[in-house]
Amino acid sequence: MAALRILVPVKRVIDYAVKPRVNKAQTAIETSGVKHSMNPFDELSIEESVRIREKKSYPHGVDEIIAFSIGPPKSVDTLRTAMAMGADRSIFVETKEGEEVEPLAVGKVIRELVKREGINLVVCGKQSIDDDAGQTGQIVAGLMGWGAATQASKVSFGEKGVEVEKEVDGGTETVRSQLPMVITTDLRLNEPRYASLPNIMKAKKKKIDKISAEELGVSLERRLKTLKVIEPPPRQGGGKVDDVDGMIAKLKELGAI
Amino acid sequence: MASRSRVALVLRRTRISTAPSTNPLRPLSQIRWQSTATTEDAEGVAQGTTGTSKTIKFTSETYPEIKRDSKFAEITEDHVKFFKEFLGKEASVIDGVTKDATDDIEPFNGDWMRKYRGHTKLVLKPGSTQEVSKILKYCNDNMLAVVPQGGNTGLVGGSVPVFDEIVINMSRMNQIRSFDDVSGALVVDAGAILEVVDGYLAERGNIFPLDLGAKGSCQIGGNVATNAGGLRLLRYGSLHGSVLGIEAVLPDGTIVDDLSKLRKNNTGYDLKQLFVGAEGTIGIITGVSILCPQRSKAVNVAFLGLESYEKVQQAFKAAKGQLSEILSAFELMDNQSQDLVQQVTKNKRPLESEHPFYCLIETSGSNSEHDNEKLQSFLEDVMEKEIVTDGVVAENETQVRNLWGWREGIPECLGHWGGVYKYDLSIPISELYSLVEETREKVAKAGLMGDTDEHPVVDVVGYGHMGDSNLHLNVATRRYDKKVEKELEPFVYEWISKRNGSISAEHGLGLAKKAFIGYSRSDTMIALMKQIKKLYDPKGIMNPYKYI
Repeated sequence: MAALRILVPVKRVIDYAVKPRVNKAQTAIETSGVKHSMNPFDELSIEESVRIREKKSYPHGVDEIIAFSIGPPKSVDTLRTAMAMGADRSIFVETKEGEEVEPLAVGKVIRELVKREGINLVVCGKQSIDDDAGQTGQIVAGLMGWGAATQASKVSFGEKGVEVEKEVDGGTETVRSQLPMVITTDLRLNEPRYASLPNIMKAKKKKIDKISAEELGVSLERRLKTLKVIEPPPRQGGGKVDDVDGMIAKLKELGAI
Repeated sequence: MASRSRVALVLRRTRISTAPSTNPLRPLSQIRWQSTATTEDAEGVAQGTTGTSKTIKFTSETYPEIKRDSKFAEITEDHVKFFKEFLGKEASVIDGVTKDATDDIEPFNGDWMRKYRGHTKLVLKPGSTQEVSKILKYCNDNMLAVVPQGGNTGLVGGSVPVFDEIVINMSRMNQIRSFDDVSGALVVDAGAILEVVDGYLAERGNIFPLDLGAKGSCQIGGNVATNAGGLRLLRYGSLHGSVLGIEAVLPDGTIVDDLSKLRKNNTGYDLKQLFVGAEGTIGIITGVSILCPQRSKAVNVAFLGLESYEKVQQAFKAAKGQLSEILSAFELMDNQSQDLVQQVTKNKRPLESEHPFYCLIETSGSNSEHDNEKLQSFLEDVMEKEIVTDGVVAENETQVRNLWGWREGIPECLGHWGGVYKYDLSIPISELYSLVEETREKVAKAGLMGDTDEHPVVDVVGYGHMGDSNLHLNVATRRYDKKVEKELEPFVYEWISKRNGSISAEHGLGLAKKAFIGYSRSDTMIALMKQIKKLYDPKGIMNPYKYI
């Protein structure tokens, strides 16, 4: 059996603590001047891959962890973070600012990289928090003809194969598959580490290979068109009453009593 | 997009597993102290954090030498009737005079540290400046002592009564009056809660020039009255600089309307400055006009581990030199303080190995790439020169908040065992930490410190605003014990006095530091202060037994 060659796709998204706003033209979310960071599910994927290596949970070891991103130029920062957390090197497919790539195209790019790099495990987030498509992992598995264990909350390597636990309503479901395979990660899988200073400095020396989608023979053309983006209607604020009498009066006014 | 906030919430819950907040909608809900209090219910805070409020000793028992001044009248039913008549609403008067209202009044009598507890029987909640004026005039005419009270988050017992002083709670005056987004001048009622105001400003791209751990409960009026320092002082300066104007009521009912929105006004004595830091001893602040700077778009936080206080000083110097205008906080924490935070919160420490000292560095600026680059090169530099042993950088907002939690969570976590002796000191920076070491040694030698219950002291810790030469020396205890107090006082004050430091850098005097002002101020200065007090409050009804 060969050692693991792990590919971790990561995406640069608007920070999940920032409230997104729709742009004036109602065509997209305002991204300029907004704090961006790594998609939280992708952080979990990197962390899990690094833990598989550190804890030697796969008997034949981990050969290489490659981070991959497709997106605008600043996605390089996200790749640096991934490498500071422990990925060995990165592959970057650059797109124009504001150009959204659909999951199918991302899946095809990943398929080509998997072939080129001899990847036998793809660990990716179950969804990105910006478009919430939640398809990429499954599409990659479909294109490759691999098994896909989605929403992992625990990953372990047994004699019979890779076991993945996922949280389902009212309990846990465990699935088993053989390598090569795709695992998509869910929130309870682990607690991602902070990027430490020495590792951030080391990450600067790690390699980022740039490659274009054309070189990989994949078209990034969109099949879907976004017609309009609107904010949900604002929540109606509650009122405050001074005392019990005020509350009763209010309830009467609303016809509740 | 719809599920975005949900994702964030779940994340927060999983990562910060000990978040005490019961309200998941509050954005800053990790281990900031008092975060369990809802912003609407500031006066409930004391109740919330002093779950065992019944067991707090009365201040009058702790300090038997303080006697009730017989010049003050006892509150009678007639007095209560007067207040009820013109304040109108039932909720504006909590009346423990004509009936038993112990449970309702208790939160206003006790402070959150469980150290001070008064005997008041009457709480008034005026809803306007006119009402405050009427109350004070009546109290002044009838010789009734009063205690102005904001969010009651003070640390020196200044906001709770000692005996039966009437509590004038400002929480009903909580409106934002105006905001000029060109000049940044904000006018608010005194009872507005800091976090609410800061949230309002955030929506408009500005920031309140003050930030502190108690932001979810503390009120602007109280912040100004105590001249609170907090976490942003390094960047935005003290309130003496940012407060543009004040509206206050004097004991005789005179309304001092100095709500200027002007940046510059060199016409006569700057009297508003007297109210900043007067702790409610010469009047009650009812409104504040304050200059609010632009909010920085890019905030970066690094958390560093260092092996000695020497190195901490080197790091601070390097940070000032290399980060200069974007440096917005430089906070110091010793390992002991972080140990205690971890014991209470059970959170995973940001750095894998332990270090004697930790620093939290925050930068804020307008251009995230520029700031990032500066911070990175600074960090590389201090790592290469081996000033810093290890460190992490927050990669996203949640990590920013979590890292701040390790600093802001200290006060709350220290109170976990029972009580805390708190000293808030200005010390020349080179000697800042020696006091902690000496105090720790002294307490240990006296056999008062240990892991078991017979030792009153859990640990002696030091942390604070390195950038302002401001140290918080805290002694976490299982109970308040005179033996511990004797070890600490006057030792700490004499130590400070010898170095020309201040015995109260940002917490004020209140009741706790009243007796010790002489260590930091000369007799002449104190005499001048007393003249001011006498001039504005000739009958002495304002917040008696405290301050000077």
